[in-house]
Amino acid sequence: MSTIHKIDRRDFVKLLGLATGGIVLGCSIGTDEKNFIPTKDSKGFHPNLFIHLEKNGNITIIASRSEMGQGIRTSLASAIADELEADWKFISVKQAIGHEKYGNQNTDGSRSVRTQLTPMRKMGASAKMMLLAAAAKKWNVAIEDCSAKNHFILNKNTQESLFFGDLVAEASMVAVPSDESIQLKDVKDFKFIGKTLKSVDLKDFTHGTAAYGMDIRLPNMKFAAIARCPVAFGTLKKFNKRYAEEVTGVETVFELPRIIPPTGKFFGMFGGMVVIAKNTWAAFQGKTNLDIEWNPGANASFDSETFKKTLTSRVHSTGKLVPGGHGNVTAAFEVAAKLIEATYHVPFLAHSPMEVPNATAWFQGNTIEVWAPVQDPQTARSELSHFFEIPEENITINVTFLGGGFGRKSKSDFVVEAVAISKKIKAPVQVVWTREDDIQHDFYHATSAQYLKGSLNRKGEVTGWLQRVGFPSIVSSFKPFSEYASGFELNQGFTNNPYLLENFRLENVQAEANVRIGWMRSVVHIHSGFGINSFIDELAFVAKKDPIKFHLDLLGEDRITNGDSAFPFYSKRLKNVLNKTATAAGWGKKLPKNHGLGVAIHYSFYSYVATIVEVSVLNKKVKVENIWTTIDCGLALNKDNIKNQLEGAAIFGMSIALYGKISMEEGAVAQNNFYDYQMTRMQDAPNIHINIVDAMKEPPTGVGEPGVPVIAPAICNAIFNATGERVRSLPLSDLGMV
Amino acid sequence: MNLNLSVNGKLHAIEAPEEMPLLWAIRDVIGLTGTKFGCGVNQCGACSVLLNGQLTKSCSIPVSQAIEKEILTIEGTSKNLEFLRQAWSDGNVPQCGYCQSGQLIAATSLLDTTENPTDKDIDTVMSANICRCGTYTRIKKAIHQAVAIKNESI
Ligand code: FES
Ligand code: FES
Repeated sequence: MSTIHKIDRRDFVKLLGLATGGIVLGCSIGTDEKNFIPTKDSKGFHPNLFIHLEKNGNITIIASRSEMGQGIRTSLASAIADELEADWKFISVKQAIGHEKYGNQNTDGSRSVRTQLTPMRKMGASAKMMLLAAAAKKWNVAIEDCSAKNHFILNKNTQESLFFGDLVAEASMVAVPSDESIQLKDVKDFKFIGKTLKSVDLKDFTHGTAAYGMDIRLPNMKFAAIARCPVAFGTLKKFNKRYAEEVTGVETVFELPRIIPPTGKFFGMFGGMVVIAKNTWAAFQGKTNLDIEWNPGANASFDSETFKKTLTSRVHSTGKLVPGGHGNVTAAFEVAAKLIEATYHVPFLAHSPMEVPNATAWFQGNTIEVWAPVQDPQTARSELSHFFEIPEENITINVTFLGGGFGRKSKSDFVVEAVAISKKIKAPVQVVWTREDDIQHDFYHATSAQYLKGSLNRKGEVTGWLQRVGFPSIVSSFKPFSEYASGFELNQGFTNNPYLLENFRLENVQAEANVRIGWMRSVVHIHSGFGINSFIDELAFVAKKDPIKFHLDLLGEDRITNGDSAFPFYSKRLKNVLNKTATAAGWGKKLPKNHGLGVAIHYSFYSYVATIVEVSVLNKKVKVENIWTTIDCGLALNKDNIKNQLEGAAIFGMSIALYGKISMEEGAVAQNNFYDYQMTRMQDAPNIHINIVDAMKEPPTGVGEPGVPVIAPAICNAIFNATGERVRSLPLSDLGMV
Repeated sequence: MNLNLSVNGKLHAIEAPEEMPLLWAIRDVIGLTGTKFGCGVNQCGACSVLLNGQLTKSCSIPVSQAIEKEILTIEGTSKNLEFLRQAWSDGNVPQCGYCQSGQLIAATSLLDTTENPTDKDIDTVMSANICRCGTYTRIKKAIHQAVAIKNESI
């Protein structure tokens, strides 16, 4: 339950970095399902959301989320401002520091908006009620005779008005309304929620003044670069540091031992050789000049091409049965009119946010202070406390702006590095990764192989569906030797396949991890979305049916699954986004020569997405011409931000489809920088058309990730439509198609 | 070596090895952090500056080549840069924002050299800048919008 409190304690207000005076409201929210991290003192009040009203009318919202490009700060602020009837120009947002008092700050899984919307609205509504009560008292009228509008309280009888700021002193004496008495606005009265709002950070973004991790400067701060073993978990054998030390600006060079995380949690760090210098460039130069011999260790012979073959042969024979199937596929296959088989591949991928991993730390004996672009400051803090044996309350994590995260920055190995180095050199230090470090030492999005076998009856209807999947598990990063996918991973599109399948069997095959595996924007949905949508397209072709009609038929009658959860699955909403996209794209229209259309749908992070892609293929080279995406994400908090996220997801998905591939040879990553790990660029960018379904009565669901999984399969299906050629193994660049 | 750098109209007397890339002289020695590091190898454009009006990847030229030249970074201003800023805000272009310093500088150079850029002109110049968040559609629109704002202001 989220109760709203007035915060009177001056130390607390100071801790938040607010001017004293005015009203501070705080509320503590229990987040959804699994992700709730209970605070230590369950009796004590530990608010994690705050608003501060000042006498000059300014309203500061303290958001407990990392920015990371989702515009979440803006979305959440809009919820408060709406209920408060505030004027948008008085609203600003501050990032909370990573401290247990502020609750769980993890931004992964598109769940921020989902869990914080109602508490945010209630905060705004409470503040408004307090201002109304203060005004009513001043005018000596009933509260019902007052109303709030655009930062003023109006007296309905006399038409007088009072500015919010001028009521702050009186309002701060009013008791906070009880939870039952809080009235929220009707959907139709929203002024900001669901409207187009600009980012609250635009000015900083366009003037170079937003401070990202790498922009932190402390007095006497050193810069550090680290040489890590090219093979994951390898160790240092011997080194010569002379040439590194000769670089102008380099101060010291030393060995940094690996920190192995305990089983089940945390990330630790690789360790390696550290170069400390006066500036970033000298540190980089010093690193280049190091002469190191490594012990590559157990992963020395890992080869991703060989592994692809291994995985392929594994999915071609029986695997471990995953619970949740039904019917009898063997029997269905025996009586089938047609049997179709296909095998699909996705390679390893690196996140490569534009801002490389970096962190600034100052270890001062019994306290640690960190400034870093982290997606999960809470875990970073626990991790530091564990490894450096400093109580959590003595550790402060200042979350800077994030130059992109995509999941990379929720693994805080780079923060652990900075703290370990600061401890050693007894000075504040900024660790900066080179782009090569980033690409070669990531927590990679896993590679996968999938085998699908389906049967059709004489009418061209699907009668059986067998799917075998194999990919190294994320769990391997926490528990060595985890060689099968975990339930939460398979539940990202595989076990919760949205189609009405009479006979359905899912198997999982062994896949060991020889590099660090992590989650990347939309995670396992990248695999499930690609395999399932590609295969449906193949089935539709064999059945001689229109792919969209085929999807719709297979989704079956309207039905609700998981009806008792907070977010049931409605097959109707998935069909709806598909139909809307078909209309937007003009599905069925006559296309120019060499053009093709492809479709994909996917349900992830409780959102419903359909995409149609138009490609042209000339001399075997593919150009993506148009992308139409429709999302149903429930209540659309900030439409322009959602649109921006989906445009971004289309480009991100294109990078996966066109170029994304990390390969390992003799255990080491073969790619180096953007010239051989390529990204979608302006010249590749298609026209992108985003459609947001108006589902204002439904709870808000994810928007950052669900737009990704549909892109690669829709592109490949479009290529088939244009050329008759199936792409079953990503990326296109491997096939010489871009 | 001791050298003078003129950044956004202000002279900075600094000490730096002459082979230090301009990017790091600007960020670490002068302390202007709006110019970003993205790749270090002339591949992403995050470090873009104008050097005597010429679009330059500051990660890939030594600071010595910037002596006695005027450097424009994102902290500075120019007529076209202001039109672009306006258009960037109108179009709500940035997501994480990290690449946008470089995007705005590259777009400034485009408008400085091409009065009314076509989509093709935009592709040619702006393809040197990576945006991992994928704001390309908005950037393209904003560049056209900046031209419109500019034309209105005349
Ligand atoms: S940092 Fe200079 S081009 Fe990437
Ligand atoms: S806005 Fe994030 S990289 Fe461009």
